[in-house]
Amino acid sequence: MRPKSAEIVEIVRETASVRTLRFDLDFDPVPGQYLMVWIRGVDEVPMSISYRNGISVQLVGEATRAIFDLEVGDSLGLRGPLGNGFVLTGDKILLGGGGVGAAPLALLGEAAREKGMEISTLLGFRCCDDLLFRERFERIGDLVITTDDGSEGICGRASAGLSCLNPQEFDQIYLCGPEPMMADVIGRCRGMETKIQASIDRYFKCGMGICGSCAIDPSGIRVCVEGPVIRADRLAATEFGRYRRGPSGLKK
Amino acid sequence: MDNPVMLAAGILGTTGASLRRAALSGAGGVVTKSVGVAPRDGHRGPTVVQVEGGLLNAMGLPNPSYRNFQEEIDIGREGGSPVVASIFGSGPDEFVEVAEGLDADGFELNLSCPHAERYGAEIGCEACNVEAITRAVKGSVSVPVWVKLTPNVADIVGLGLAAQRGGADGVVAINTLKAMAIDVESGRPILGNRFGGLSGPAIKPVAVRCVYDLACALDIPVIGVGGVATWQDAAEIIMAGAAGVQVGTALGRAEGYGIFRSIAEGLSNYLDRKEMALEELVGLARRFS
Repeated sequence: MRPKSAEIVEIVRETASVRTLRFDLDFDPVPGQYLMVWIRGVDEVPMSISYRNGISVQLVGEATRAIFDLEVGDSLGLRGPLGNGFVLTGDKILLGGGGVGAAPLALLGEAAREKGMEISTLLGFRCCDDLLFRERFERIGDLVITTDDGSEGICGRASAGLSCLNPQEFDQIYLCGPEPMMADVIGRCRGMETKIQASIDRYFKCGMGICGSCAIDPSGIRVCVEGPVIRADRLAATEFGRYRRGPSGLKK
Repeated sequence: MDNPVMLAAGILGTTGASLRRAALSGAGGVVTKSVGVAPRDGHRGPTVVQVEGGLLNAMGLPNPSYRNFQEEIDIGREGGSPVVASIFGSGPDEFVEVAEGLDADGFELNLSCPHAERYGAEIGCEACNVEAITRAVKGSVSVPVWVKLTPNVADIVGLGLAAQRGGADGVVAINTLKAMAIDVESGRPILGNRFGGLSGPAIKPVAVRCVYDLACALDIPVIGVGGVATWQDAAEIIMAGAAGVQVGTALGRAEGYGIFRSIAEGLSNYLDRKEMALEELVGLARRFS
C-alpha cells in the first residue's frame, strides 16, 4: 500500500521526551504491530502503536525531532499496521517493559482486560519524570514500577522488580523495552522461553521483508515481517542482547 | 547449481544469515546485496513504495563496504549454494578493488542500479563503460563474472554485446525500470530519493522481451530476472532464453523464503510432465521466430 495520509487530531505531551499523536484514522491494530511513519521531506521510520488511532514517540533523532515539531491539523503518511503483534493467551499474564516500550504494552493490556485476563505489569524508567501510561496500567491490574534513580517505586532496573514477582506463576510474559532489559528478564526466566513474547527493535528500511536490514543473526529472521514480536525461544543463541546492525549493515 | 532459481541482488542479501537462509530454503544460488568500496547508509525513507503491479524502490546501495563483508559471504556459503557477490563502483578501479577484496563463487557487476549517483546505470548505460569494467574485473579474478544490465536504454542488446566483448561469463537482465510515485495529498515524490526503480509483476513482460533479445544476440548465457513469482513466470523467462532465473520482489509475498522451493518444484514438475530437460526449455520461444 502507498502511505495513507492521516491528520493529527490530538497531541499529548506524556513526558519531556515522549509525545502521543492521535490521528483521524482507526488502525484496527493487533497490539504489538507497528506503522511505517513518513514525515514528508524527512524520513520514514517504524513506530509502535499505543492506541487504536495513536502512536507514542520518543525523541531520539532527526525524524522524531520532526514529529515533535508537528501540530494538530498537520498530517503524516502512514503504512500499516504491519508485522506480527502479540498473541494473547492464558489467564494470568505479565507485561514487562521499559521506557517508551510501555506504549504497545498498554494497548495489549487493555485488550487482555477486555478478555477478562488477570494482568500484572512491571515497568522500568530512568526516573519518576519518565513514567509513561501509569494510569492505563493501574486501571487494568497490579503495577510494579522501578526507576534507575529510585525516585519512584523500586530503585534499580526493571529486572530488580522481577524479584517481587514470581514469573513462574504467569501463563505468558510480554516484553517491550530496551534490549538489555528484555534479555535480562528472559535470562531470569529460564525454562519459560516458549511463554515469553518480546517485541524487538531493529533498523527497518522496507517494512515488507525484502531489504534484509532487520534480519537477525544467525537465523535470518526478518523482524519487520516475522516480528516485531518474537517468542523468546527463537531468540536464544542469536545476536539478541549482544549487537544489532545500522543502516549500512555494519554491526554496532 | 542444483536448480536454476536464485536469489536476486539487492533483496535480503545484506547479511550472511539471510543468504544462508535463502540457500537452505531452496535457492540454487544466492546473490548478495551490492557491495562497494566504502560503507553507505543508503537513501532516506521512504525507500520503498508499493504501486500498481509492483514495487518502487530507491534503497541507495546501502552496504558495509567489501572490507566488512567477507564474513557474510562465508556464512552465506554454509547454505550449500554458490554465493555470487554483487559489486558496484564508480569505474574500473573501484570494481577491481572490490572484486579483488572478496572471495566469492562469482561476481555480478551492478552496472544497472537506477537510483545512485555516479554508480550503476549512470555508468552502465554506456556500452564502452560496460566493456571496460567487465574486462578489468575479468582480468583480476578467476571466478565467473556476470554483468547485470539496465533496461533503461534504447538497446539493451548493445550493452549485452559490450559485456560479452569484455569477457563476461553471462549477463543478468533486467534491473528495475526507472519510475516515480507522487503523494497526491502533498504533491511530494514519495521516495526519499524522489526517483526509484520499478520491480515486480509489472516489469515481467519487459524482462521477457529483454531476455529474448539478448539470448538471440549473445553467445554467453543470460540470467533472467524481473517479476518472477511463480514457476510459470520462471518457465516463461527461461523459454525466452534464460539459463537461470532470479527472484527478488516476490520474496515480499506471504510465503517469504518458501518461494524458492515452490518455483523450483513447480518447474521440475512441469519438466517431468512435458518429459523435457531444463536445457530444452531454454529459448524454446525462439523456435517460433
